[in-house]
Amino acid sequence: MTFLRYGTLGLAALAAGAFWSAPVSAEQVVTAVMQAPLRTLDPHLSTAQIVRTHGFMVFDTLLGMDADYNPQPQMADYAVSDDRMTYTLTLREGLKWHDGTPVTAEDCVASLRRWGENDGPGRTMMTHVASIAATSDREIVITLAKPFGQVLELLAKPSPVPPFMMPKRLAETPKGEQVAEMIGSGPFRFVAEEYRPGDQAVYVRNTDYVPRAEPMSWTAGGKVVNVDKVVWKAMPDMQTTINAIQSGDVDLIEQVTIDLLPLLDMAEGVEYGIKNPLGAQVTGRFNHRLPPFDNADLRRAAMYALDQDTLMQTAIGNPDYYTLCASAYGCEVPLASDAGAEYLAGSAEERMAKAQELLKAAGYDGTPVMMMQPTDLTILSTQPIVAAERLREAGFDVDVVSMDWATLQSRKNGWQPVAEGGWNMLFTYWGVTGIWNPLVHALLDGSGADTAWSGWPVSPEIESLRAEYLTSPTLDDQKRIAAAIQQIAWDQGFYYNAGEFKSVAAWRTELQDIEPGPITLFWGMHK
Amino acid sequence: MSVEPDTPGAPLMRRRLPDRPPHWTTVLALVILIAVVGMAVFAPLLANFEPTRLNAAMRLKPASETYWLGTDSFGRDLYSRVVHGARVSLLVGAGVAAGSIAIGLPVGLLAGWFRGFDAVVMRMMDGLMAIPGILLAIAVVALTKAGLTTVIIAIMLPEIPQVVRLVRSRVLAARSETYVDAAVLLGTPTRRIITRHLFPSTIAPLIVQGTYIYASAILTEAALSFLGVGIGTEIPTWGNIMAEGRLYFAMNPWLVFWPAIVLSACILSINLLGDALRDRLDPKMKGRGA
Amino acid sequence: MIYYFIRRLLLAVPVMLFVALFVFLLLRLTPGDPAQAIAGDHATPEQIAAIRDSLGLDRPLAGQFVAWIGNMLTGDFGNSLISQRPVLEMIGQRIGPTLALAVVAMALTVVISVPLGILAAWRHGGLIDRAVMAFSVLGFSVPIFVTGYVLIGVFAVNLKWLPVQGYKPLAEGLGPFLYRIILPGLALASIYIALVSRMTRASMLEVLREDYVRTARAKGLPEALVLFRHALRNAAIPILTVVGTGFAMMVSGVVVTETVFNIPGLGRLVVDAVLARDYPLIQAIILLTAAAYVVINLLIDLSYALTDPRIRYQ
Repeated sequence: MTFLRYGTLGLAALAAGAFWSAPVSAEQVVTAVMQAPLRTLDPHLSTAQIVRTHGFMVFDTLLGMDADYNPQPQMADYAVSDDRMTYTLTLREGLKWHDGTPVTAEDCVASLRRWGENDGPGRTMMTHVASIAATSDREIVITLAKPFGQVLELLAKPSPVPPFMMPKRLAETPKGEQVAEMIGSGPFRFVAEEYRPGDQAVYVRNTDYVPRAEPMSWTAGGKVVNVDKVVWKAMPDMQTTINAIQSGDVDLIEQVTIDLLPLLDMAEGVEYGIKNPLGAQVTGRFNHRLPPFDNADLRRAAMYALDQDTLMQTAIGNPDYYTLCASAYGCEVPLASDAGAEYLAGSAEERMAKAQELLKAAGYDGTPVMMMQPTDLTILSTQPIVAAERLREAGFDVDVVSMDWATLQSRKNGWQPVAEGGWNMLFTYWGVTGIWNPLVHALLDGSGADTAWSGWPVSPEIESLRAEYLTSPTLDDQKRIAAAIQQIAWDQGFYYNAGEFKSVAAWRTELQDIEPGPITLFWGMHK
Repeated sequence: MSVEPDTPGAPLMRRRLPDRPPHWTTVLALVILIAVVGMAVFAPLLANFEPTRLNAAMRLKPASETYWLGTDSFGRDLYSRVVHGARVSLLVGAGVAAGSIAIGLPVGLLAGWFRGFDAVVMRMMDGLMAIPGILLAIAVVALTKAGLTTVIIAIMLPEIPQVVRLVRSRVLAARSETYVDAAVLLGTPTRRIITRHLFPSTIAPLIVQGTYIYASAILTEAALSFLGVGIGTEIPTWGNIMAEGRLYFAMNPWLVFWPAIVLSACILSINLLGDALRDRLDPKMKGRGA
Repeated sequence: MIYYFIRRLLLAVPVMLFVALFVFLLLRLTPGDPAQAIAGDHATPEQIAAIRDSLGLDRPLAGQFVAWIGNMLTGDFGNSLISQRPVLEMIGQRIGPTLALAVVAMALTVVISVPLGILAAWRHGGLIDRAVMAFSVLGFSVPIFVTGYVLIGVFAVNLKWLPVQGYKPLAEGLGPFLYRIILPGLALASIYIALVSRMTRASMLEVLREDYVRTARAKGLPEALVLFRHALRNAAIPILTVVGTGFAMMVSGVVVTETVFNIPGLGRLVVDAVLARDYPLIQAIILLTAAAYVVINLLIDLSYALTDPRIRYQ
């Protein structure tokens, strides 16, 4: 069968005069340049988007999330008890790991435990859970100790880190260690022999995969794979990447630099557009433990001084691809809110005047702001420069310190004085899936604990609201709480929301039916 | 070998310069270099804007009356940045040349004179030379703060062994000269032998070597910036201007070419001057080269 | 002669040890955390701490160093901290393109610059001579990435003769291989061409003044024969020296060229490794390049003896 298909297509290719090309193959291969090179594989350990996308290729999740943000059955169907304290998940029949062994409830329990150790919101959930047990080969029962309203959302979440399922022997890898093999039950198999870390990752269709019958919608529904092979290539230079898609060496670019889109307008056979409707939020984080930003008035002064539009214009350029809004959770998600929009209201000049006034009133003593700037990450290299310019105009003394991203990353974890390796402000960006509610949004953690994500703001009010959010049953309730949290976060200057940008993907016209999703989905597409 | 035995330690410059009129390329090189130095010194007067002044509304504009060479992706004036870039590039070159000689010269003198010290130091220098300079520089810059000092140190480290070897070879040659033998026999203190007899023989080759180090340091700084491990964009350097411009190469290649032209002209002039100096000062190399 | 090489080999041991110690300390005493590279941008300190524990980075440095050297002596260079793959395997995957690039660049250098240098020396002071000298100074002054972009601009974007980027291994055919490697090869060779044509010219000038060349000419041997047989043979030594001392320059050029032309070689691997703090990988690559440097220089010394009968070692 396969042989026949290959044969006919091969002949057709020969007939088309493709003599000169390398060995004629009818294999349908999609070559994609992803937004970052794949260097590590463990989808439970890494919060990076590229590893999550890799996770969804190789691994599957118990539940999926559809385009309306609803949890839906994926590997398992689910039932919730009336008191919402017991969740029963029943695995579909015939699920198999890539090594041929059947997927059992035991495997899934071990996977859930491993995920619950590694994922932040997962850890929160585990503190509410009394037991997770395999009650039969195919049945998993999660029993809560205290009410927790987000079980299904977390099981279905495509945010970092999703609860991917893996065989028990892998899930029992010691804490902190990476799993040794890429054995999942997802729609693609990982080709370990062709993996070149940082350069190339190869996936082939998992012929044993049985998709669900429902139509696909984000990570829910049937994951029907229509291509034989997917190759991810790393290209460090966007210019060369664009040349490669024009010449047909590449079929898909996950994230094109928006300034270069005019080059694609001229290219034949290449289209581009937004395939991830959610985008990402750029965030300017203040270090609440060090002067000057240990002072809420100065944080507020900085928020007035900064300007979303300038920041976005410099980083992205084309206004079609960025959105300015006050929402901490993303501009277009169900919980989106304009609480605290007063910090963004008015013209940039008006806000600058406010900032200068506030700075004077707060008695700023001239402590310099140490702003970290990454030299090797294009998307985040402009904001510190632009922000520094505005903060200086407001009266701050700003010291922009350039370093590579890895240095910045490790430096941000410490809160010692600046002279001893500390920092005052840094910019990062978060995919909207990672911030779309108060539970997953790491920057809204108001515990001030050492284990919280860098910045360490303290707000008991936010902490009690976040606890309330975990048990709130209705969307209206959740919206109200989310808005209240956001108002406090802006009043307290938790961080500066520097606007939201969309990823623009580009693809060759031969590649059809690329479905939108919270990550790039390689099922559904045709070539 | 490099110093005539009859005139030990005589001032080389005075003795050799009036040999013949300079070649026209030397004159041209001198003119370019003076222009670049002038650009660096008078940058604030020459520039039309602050090199760091942003204007998000004026990103990536072509050349115009206001923006003589157009604007970069921050809406900063390219001309003003290129002019200011001269400062850092020249500073990096000077820092690296001066630093590597300041360290390499004493080490080389001592290594040439003291055999025991020599064995240890030369193995270390061999080791330092065996590590490709760019890898060392990338590691040093990436692993520490990406500032001017770090970049100078990172580029300087791999240059030191070259200087040490050069100085050492001259010292070894001088050791066998009769006047040094005589000084030793007369019981001249070692310090005096080194400063009065050995050191002068290294001046000429060091000046020549210094110009080459100068030029190559500027190139290495540009390469580091190009790879994303150079000086941050708040301080414009020709290297980081090009690095930022290369993303937009297909749309406006001049973002890369303008700084490249100035950089190349600057290095060209330093190289030509180095050749000219070598022909004049270093009798061993005389007759070779341009 | 054999004694000389054994001595040279023994001398290389402390050199390599120094390199190993230097690189090891440089990496360990500076900030940056490979655990963060594994955990990703949004991980919390707790997650990172768990990963760091599993990597064993908190063990005493002396112990780590000794263990590393010990393992290397048994041929085990360790695993990448980030990808968990054996370091040697990762280097093996990437060394092909880099070697190909270096070899093509060297070949282009010899093919272009040796004739240029001979021509310049032969017509000393003439138009060709000046052109060659001007070109060689220019080649030395333009950064490789600028040369690369100019070549791309002219031959790939405007004339469309050659591709803009990419790499195909030789295994996929000589045609596709050369088609893609010619531009990066030329860009990388530009500095070498400058240097080698200059050296060739200089040493040819010297050799042409020697008695045996004058004798050969006086005997009425054809000029071409004199140039190539007698003169070039003796001019080979300085050229070889350039190849040896230029090794560091070659590495530097390779790193930049690979980035410009998007070639998945060692240069990019090492830059990525430094940026991600993948210690074992950085250590292995630097150590192996240092070893290559030592070996190449040894071989060059050996070939001195073979090409120039006047050099003898005791």
